Amino acid sequence: MNNADILKRVESELKKCVKCGACRANCPAFTAFGKEPAVARGKLALCQHLLKGDIELDDETYLAMSKCLLCGNCVDKCPNSVPTDEIVMVAREALARQRGLTTFHKAVGQVIQNRSMMKFGAAAGRILGPLFFKKIPETSGLRLRFPLPFIGNKRHIPPLAKKPFLERHPEVIQGEPGKPRIVFFVGCMTNFCYPQVGEATLALFRHLGCTVIIPKNQQCCGLPGMSGGDLDTVRNLAEKNLIELERYEADYIMSACATCGGALHKFYPNLIGKRHPELAARLKAIADKTVDASQLLHKLGLKPEETGAGRDVKITYHDPCHLKTRSIISQPRELLRGTPGVELAEMEGADKCCGLGGTFNVYHYESSMKINAGKSAAIIKTGAEAVATGCPGCMMQLSDGLKQAGSSIKVIHTLEVLARKLNKRR
Amino acid sequence: MIDQQIIEKLEKIVGADNVSTSRQELICYGYDATQMEFLPDAVVHPSSTEEVSAVLRLANSENFPVFPRGAGSGFTGGALPKGGGVVLVTTRLDRILRIDTENLIAEVEPGVVTEQFQLAVEKLGLFYPPDPASLKFSTLGGNVAENAGGPRCVKYGVTRDFVMGLEVVLPTGDIIRTGGETYKGVVGYDMTRLLCGSEGTLGVITKIIFKLLPLPEAKKTMLTIFDSIDGAAKAVSSIIGNKIIPTTLEFMDYATLKCVNSRFNLGLPESGRAVLIIEVDGDRELIEKQAARIQEIIAPLGLVECKIAKDAAESEALWKVRRLVSPSLRDVNPDKYNEDVVVPRSKVPDIIRVIEKIQAKYDIPIVNFGHAGDGNIHVNVMIDKSIPGMDEKAHEAIAEVFQAALDMNGTMSGEHGVGLAKQPYIHLELKPAQVAAMQAIKAALDPNNILNPGKMFPVEK
Repeated sequence: MNNADILKRVESELKKCVKCGACRANCPAFTAFGKEPAVARGKLALCQHLLKGDIELDDETYLAMSKCLLCGNCVDKCPNSVPTDEIVMVAREALARQRGLTTFHKAVGQVIQNRSMMKFGAAAGRILGPLFFKKIPETSGLRLRFPLPFIGNKRHIPPLAKKPFLERHPEVIQGEPGKPRIVFFVGCMTNFCYPQVGEATLALFRHLGCTVIIPKNQQCCGLPGMSGGDLDTVRNLAEKNLIELERYEADYIMSACATCGGALHKFYPNLIGKRHPELAARLKAIADKTVDASQLLHKLGLKPEETGAGRDVKITYHDPCHLKTRSIISQPRELLRGTPGVELAEMEGADKCCGLGGTFNVYHYESSMKINAGKSAAIIKTGAEAVATGCPGCMMQLSDGLKQAGSSIKVIHTLEVLARKLNKRR
Repeated sequence: MIDQQIIEKLEKIVGADNVSTSRQELICYGYDATQMEFLPDAVVHPSSTEEVSAVLRLANSENFPVFPRGAGSGFTGGALPKGGGVVLVTTRLDRILRIDTENLIAEVEPGVVTEQFQLAVEKLGLFYPPDPASLKFSTLGGNVAENAGGPRCVKYGVTRDFVMGLEVVLPTGDIIRTGGETYKGVVGYDMTRLLCGSEGTLGVITKIIFKLLPLPEAKKTMLTIFDSIDGAAKAVSSIIGNKIIPTTLEFMDYATLKCVNSRFNLGLPESGRAVLIIEVDGDRELIEKQAARIQEIIAPLGLVECKIAKDAAESEALWKVRRLVSPSLRDVNPDKYNEDVVVPRSKVPDIIRVIEKIQAKYDIPIVNFGHAGDGNIHVNVMIDKSIPGMDEKAHEAIAEVFQAALDMNGTMSGEHGVGLAKQPYIHLELKPAQVAAMQAIKAALDPNNILNPGKMFPVEK
């Protein structure tokens, strides 16, 4: 069988592209590369030609398909809602089948399939370390999601937590009767790099009297695998996560990571559900329950004056693509504005992508930072003391950009601002 | 046609990184919004006027065609490399060279995206009104070459009305300036107006001097729903007859309304048969007065509902109705031909009625919306190309729509141009002597017929 044939799965979606060019206005990769194969319309045309069989799954096709951050901005603004992000993942799967996974993505697959999240960091260090990370501290989950080969010391890396978030708390933290029961999908970045985000999330939902369930055996969401076209790995992870997420009766499945939330909410049902009908109904059920932490806090009526920072601070807010494209735009802002002492200063282009794009950053670091340069400038221009956002991935990229721009502006998660009083109390 | 030797020469001119020959890259520069596709032999991305000139000189000496291209968002195939050759992309020429707040002019390169330019001048309290629907991604060079229009044209005019001067590389490679920076200027032929709308057949635009206006203080948006198409049409002529020129007078017919309402559940009244989105701009006091006067004028014309935006957010919500048109059309049929006939504004109801008859005759859904204020109607012929015979029927229907517009002293195309898509119909509008005069100009400026050949005029076989 021709490997390009798997694109037949998305043939009807491909046909919806009318080549109008609207994606040119919304694609961060196009901003960086400036040429048509980098933009959604170009990639869709290439997929159509792959199906016709008049181009190959060769280096040029690989290069074009690698120039996508899977941010979903083109999908959001497309007049015909063509799901280019999902189509690119399928194209990457075809490429992986044809050419084999890259060494890097093979390693990613091994790491993210490690049974226990507890051992996950160690595995990342063991497997990826010798390959890519000689100069960076070992045992990093970060290396899994955002591995940085060949970049050297230029990249700023957040220090790793001494004790990962998942090792700190019991699996069930009982709340008040009658209050929502929430399963907390933690995600690798929060677990290993930003456990304080996990703490803030937990504190806020406990403040509201919710029961918070943190399944110990939850896995990586799998997005790094998706982005490499390693959809078999993603399927395995999705199945394992399903078991964990279904284990408890819950009203919501909540994540404080925009990317993990996006994976559960959108890519699981759309990408994995379509390929594996036997999982589809379960994935859909999980997706329907998945919410972002800020979205849920807003819905449950959190009063940030009871929990948030007391001192005067000027903050600007960056929209993570995977929140914005789920229409989670006003909720975090309203919560921040309601926090005593917080002045929210909007930056120009708050909704522009930070440029990380998961593994995009690995293969196209220079371009990734080119996309980021405008973002750093916009943040600095607000005169804010800190930039808040709702995605640990964005947090790392924003920190890196600001450090390289010589700025000392702090990067924090929205929930950290909202929970400042609670955290002090503990 | 394009051998390795020519590729190497092109690489010498623009740099190896800016010449593409891989099949993947060629595919990506072979389409536009018509969804037609022709593969070029090479794509070049020049970054200066001199490089453009050198490419065109080479094209003349080696005898290969060159197809200028901006964002590739055209609706008529004007940028498509039919027959093969070199696509010349202008998007690296993307600098705003100056914005002169004393003389209210700006000079730009052709690859600047329309909206980026608008935002830049608006920061300085200035205004560039032309607003084609593609403004978020189309380039100014493409706008000038196609003489793009948009909703605001009813008050402010089309792209051509804002172009004061150009720098152009002629098909021979000669670099000339046309027009200038002064409002007045009568020395020589008006080459500027000739080049506006020339669809890349007479030269490659490398610099544009635009006229700017002071940015209006405020605007006011109204969404008005009428119980008949005649009511809406009467509203248009009455408003203008009462000496009010709104910024926009956007119109949607019943078919459009049904599409949008059923797909997005907007809760628009059932009895609505036509919608007008009316916007006025200017000094705050003036627009309040104008808005009140407009309401008086339209009230007796079968007005079902009138929503007035109180602020920018509400205005945005009203415009959303218009913006949802395109996505909802797909529910009618998967493929469409988007035509853009113009008739004198008083004839809008007449042309809509004729189109309804054509629709019934050919049994093809046709959805109409557009710029009622200047009589420019987007006629969307909705078809399914997988149904045998439907495409052919659509072309016959389109020819009848064109003829109807011409019979009412209108034109086949107000904004999109001819390119390849309307080539077969051009004889309906232009007499042989007109075509001959135009072709004489083309032949004089492009003796080797290397620049965007095979466009606009019917090609003799």
